[in-house]
Amino acid sequence: MTELTCIVCPIGCRIRVNEEFETLNITGNRCPRGAVYAKNEIIAPKRILTAVVKVAGINEMLSVKTSEDIPKEKIFTAMQEIKKIIVDHPVKIGQVIKRNLVGTNVDLVATKNISSP
Amino acid sequence: MPRTIRTDLVVIGGGPAGLTAAISAAESGVKNIILIERQSKLGGILSQCIHNGFGLRYFNQELTGPEYAQRFIDELTSFPQIEVKLNTMVIQLGSNHRVVTVNDLEGLVCYQATAIILAMGCRERPRGAINIPGTRPAGIYTAGTIQHLMNIDGYLPGKEAVVLGSGDIGLIMARRLTLEGVRVRAVLELMAYSNGLNRNIVQCLEDYEIPLFLSHTVTKIYGDKRIQGVKAAPVDENHNPILERVFTLLCDTLVLSVGLIPENELSLMAGIGLDPTTKGPLVDSSYQTTVSGIFACGNVVHVHDLVDDVSEESKVTGRAAAAYVLGQKTLMRQVKFKIGRNIRSIVPQSLFIDGQTTIYIRAEYPETDAILKVGKGKARQRVVSPGETIRYLVKPEDVHDYNEFVPVSIEGGESS
Repeated sequence: MTELTCIVCPIGCRIRVNEEFETLNITGNRCPRGAVYAKNEIIAPKRILTAVVKVAGINEMLSVKTSEDIPKEKIFTAMQEIKKIIVDHPVKIGQVIKRNLVGTNVDLVATKNISSP
Repeated sequence: MPRTIRTDLVVIGGGPAGLTAAISAAESGVKNIILIERQSKLGGILSQCIHNGFGLRYFNQELTGPEYAQRFIDELTSFPQIEVKLNTMVIQLGSNHRVVTVNDLEGLVCYQATAIILAMGCRERPRGAINIPGTRPAGIYTAGTIQHLMNIDGYLPGKEAVVLGSGDIGLIMARRLTLEGVRVRAVLELMAYSNGLNRNIVQCLEDYEIPLFLSHTVTKIYGDKRIQGVKAAPVDENHNPILERVFTLLCDTLVLSVGLIPENELSLMAGIGLDPTTKGPLVDSSYQTTVSGIFACGNVVHVHDLVDDVSEESKVTGRAAAAYVLGQKTLMRQVKFKIGRNIRSIVPQSLFIDGQTTIYIRAEYPETDAILKVGKGKARQRVVSPGETIRYLVKPEDVHDYNEFVPVSIEGGESS
């Protein structure tokens, strides 16, 4: 059995999920959205990852995010990859910094503008 | 004597509140607006909030802090009537609407404004505000300082951290530190509940198995040049540490996330009345302070959970300041609130009874299955939490029958 806190709304139901013969028995949720949340969290939890990368020749970091959510278990591998990146200026919001980040099919994109000095 | 420039509107602060208010005032017809920002860039604290979750309500999409700010900065630059003064400090503010500024290019410049909007935001409570005994080594930071070091400057503050306080910035930095390879040993919270958003407790702590110790505090900091660890203990119902149960947490970094205080030195200078609970100016539903023609919005008024609320409120403020500048006087009956059961604070503190006003209510303690009562109006609250502001739209019929004070309370709930 897995227990998790629902984040769909501020109520924060404690949801219990039992895996019984390939079906999920979900209890504790007060609404159907909670069941969907719990199911996704058990089968394939995903998160948006945000971080910063270096910009060559500038003492200011560039903030970045994954353009979509990525599997939770890939977050630390993704961070290892992100730490190696050095980008050139200028950078525009939305610019792709790394395509297909650690095989997720999701791109890493810039979330701020950096102009050339 | 510094030179004096006449202008319609001065906005103090270029964060989300000041940006939205300036844009809204320009849209409402104000011709000359000066926006003053002490940093070298617009955007305020959003520039260092690289996490996502901003704009869910205002833009209906999830943005990071810098992206959210950039939308307003781009919009602002399309208004030639707004002049931005960067690297500029306001050093004096008078109730006569005189704003004395200083910067390295122009020296002292004084603005005589028809109206003023205060949007100075808030600052973090430091170690000195909570009196933790012990030595004074390096390695003790507020969460916002660490956020700047990591997200703007690209430095790691240490290798093993303890976080004191479970406010949202503390939770977010616990995750951020973990992602960058810092071991976060624990988050300690004095209260029996967290003041952070539920979403942040799950996605910042539970996701990374960072332990949250509720009803715990730091009793001592030790270490010579660099912090070596803290003594922690559970607290009793009066928040006094139970010293027989002290334990040690080794760390080279202590992160403080122990509350935010609206930054109101200028407001006090101008003789503006403050609310002792929110620590921000008393405002009416047009966000005018107790000094006529001086308005205030954003975290300088009360600390918000969500920037979306700041933008919403600042838009109202910009419009109201524009009406003041353009001489559209409104003479409507005002009522105040009478604070009842389980209410910590309400903003605005007074409102015009005609028209609808969104009010922001903070509860005193958590409870479930309660009913919020605002005069004759009611709203069911399945969960009440001091960490999540309650928004309520006051309708004229809720408050019309009251002469001076409208009672507000949260009733019938069960403490959780």
